[in-house]
Amino acid sequence: MSDVETVEEEVAVEVDHEREAMLAEISDELGDEIVETFVKPGDDVWIRITRDAWVTTAEVLKNKLDFRFLNFVSAIDWMPSPFGRDMDSQVDLAMSAAQGDVPDPPDMTIETGYAGGDTRFQVFARVNDVDSGRAVTIKADVPDDDLSVPTWIPVYPGANWHERELMEMFGIAVTGHPNPRKLYLPGAFEGNPMRKDFALLARRIKPWPGIVDVEQMPGEDDEESSEAES
Amino acid sequence: MTAISDAEKLRQLGEQATEARMNVEIETEGMTLNLGPQHPATHGTLRIIAKLDGEQVVVAEPVMGYMHRGYEKLAEVRTYPQVTTLVNRIDWVGSFANETPFILAAEKLMEIEAPPRAQYIRTVLHEMSRIANVMLGIGDMGVQIGAVTPIFFAFRDREYVLNQIEAVTGGRFHPNFDRIGGLKDDLPAGWIQNTQNAMDKVLEFCDQIETLMYGNEIFQARTRGIGIIPKDVGLSYGVSGVNIRGSGVDWDVRRDNMPQGLVYDQVDWKVWTHPDGDCYSRMWVRLQEVREGAKIVQQLLKQIPAGPVMAKVPRIIKVPAGEAFVETENPLGVMGYYIVSKGDLNPYRVKIRTASFSNISITPWLLKGVFVPDIIAILGSLYFILGDIDR
Repeated sequence: MSDVETVEEEVAVEVDHEREAMLAEISDELGDEIVETFVKPGDDVWIRITRDAWVTTAEVLKNKLDFRFLNFVSAIDWMPSPFGRDMDSQVDLAMSAAQGDVPDPPDMTIETGYAGGDTRFQVFARVNDVDSGRAVTIKADVPDDDLSVPTWIPVYPGANWHERELMEMFGIAVTGHPNPRKLYLPGAFEGNPMRKDFALLARRIKPWPGIVDVEQMPGEDDEESSEAES
Repeated sequence: MTAISDAEKLRQLGEQATEARMNVEIETEGMTLNLGPQHPATHGTLRIIAKLDGEQVVVAEPVMGYMHRGYEKLAEVRTYPQVTTLVNRIDWVGSFANETPFILAAEKLMEIEAPPRAQYIRTVLHEMSRIANVMLGIGDMGVQIGAVTPIFFAFRDREYVLNQIEAVTGGRFHPNFDRIGGLKDDLPAGWIQNTQNAMDKVLEFCDQIETLMYGNEIFQARTRGIGIIPKDVGLSYGVSGVNIRGSGVDWDVRRDNMPQGLVYDQVDWKVWTHPDGDCYSRMWVRLQEVREGAKIVQQLLKQIPAGPVMAKVPRIIKVPAGEAFVETENPLGVMGYYIVSKGDLNPYRVKIRTASFSNISITPWLLKGVFVPDIIAILGSLYFILGDIDR
């Protein structure tokens, strides 16, 4: 086993020249607009830019660097759900509270992913270069007091529906969008379902049978599962 | 509501009548045609509102959401192994292919690799989903433009493939067979030979349908030069898969960005493209896709290695914190899952990139100016599954 582990470590420290070169190329074009970058060797590149450069980045990527294929545009809500993992239904929680078993309040600290982040919401998008097979993920922070991003439609027309979905699901306005109506949800729908503080109603009123799957089976102890891990 | 006096009503009616008369004399008034939500050409519940000027489309606006099931939200409250059940229902005609990218993304985050045998079987099943899906698409295209026979051929021969998928996974449509670290089970006895035979039937189907449908004069008249997608427009709309290869873009994720865990590099096959970008070229590439798929399966079946089908994974799967995006070439185009994990039992965020969503987003652009019967031909040639749009 030890041999395999050392090989893995070597791979981990190895510099991914191809992706580093691509990142350098993008950095040359965008300069100060890049806030943070992250390269996972052999896997992917993440670039976080300022929100003001959101459209400029798209233009540079598409027109100068040949990332012509729009993969997707979406957002992430980094504030953990106030409802915790929501594996237990509220009925179950009320029962256990009556027995004096109070669950821990969920941890609400915001931890962002690759390439960092300072705000609760981040928009992210991915574009591909179909000729060379390269791809890059772009992220931008969206400040809480001004939840909006400029539209990508003039650059990538396909962003249209992705941005409509983004608007209704996260409540992030897309400025300059020609048709900012709801895409999936009915017109009178209230709330933004993909936000973490939007409760999944079905889960809160009915017990969740699926939890059985992740409970330990009788006769199985921690030792056994840790053995399988190694 | 404000009450309108009778005199006012009469005056309005008179005005309308004058207008109508003038329209008859001068020009036809615009008409709104509502295709769907229940329309045979929409594979589910896509609704297209088309504003027509005579027979020509002025504006076409797809309306969806009739089948939005919120998988991205649901995935956040399920454990990783439970998510495959959900994503089976995205593109229900090629279900196994929906599981692959999700499982591969989770494996990437966990830094585990499925045993070689599992990788081979996974690739075989992935290709068989493609064959089943695209065969139906070809037959369906025929029925859209008035040829009824191809759909019966497609349904008949697709059954050979579905039977084989059922024999190994237990489900014709929703296999739920892929697991993090491998597969649920090994192949049943005699399966390999039966599948080889099924692939022979598929290749036979391709030859039959090529002369029956593709060589048909009416088929060609209805599809050639109709609904042309130029390369760059298609790419900027995110059109992928067969639809973009039909526009001459030589890009296939199986060859160019093959994710770890599939074995397309072990077989000899070809990526077909067609330079025209019209309905015919898309359907032509689709047919070649089925042929190549059958060839890939036949080659892989000959070289499946022995060994286990499941790597050692903990019973309770916790995926380490991180982010991963894995895309695969699915029957309908490029499908990918962007998983954000916080080291928990369930994913923190799953962004599902589905092929049909982007493929259909080009329709407002593409349908502008076409004639009404061509709407059907174009939608049929783009070939979408509603679950793949609405997720």
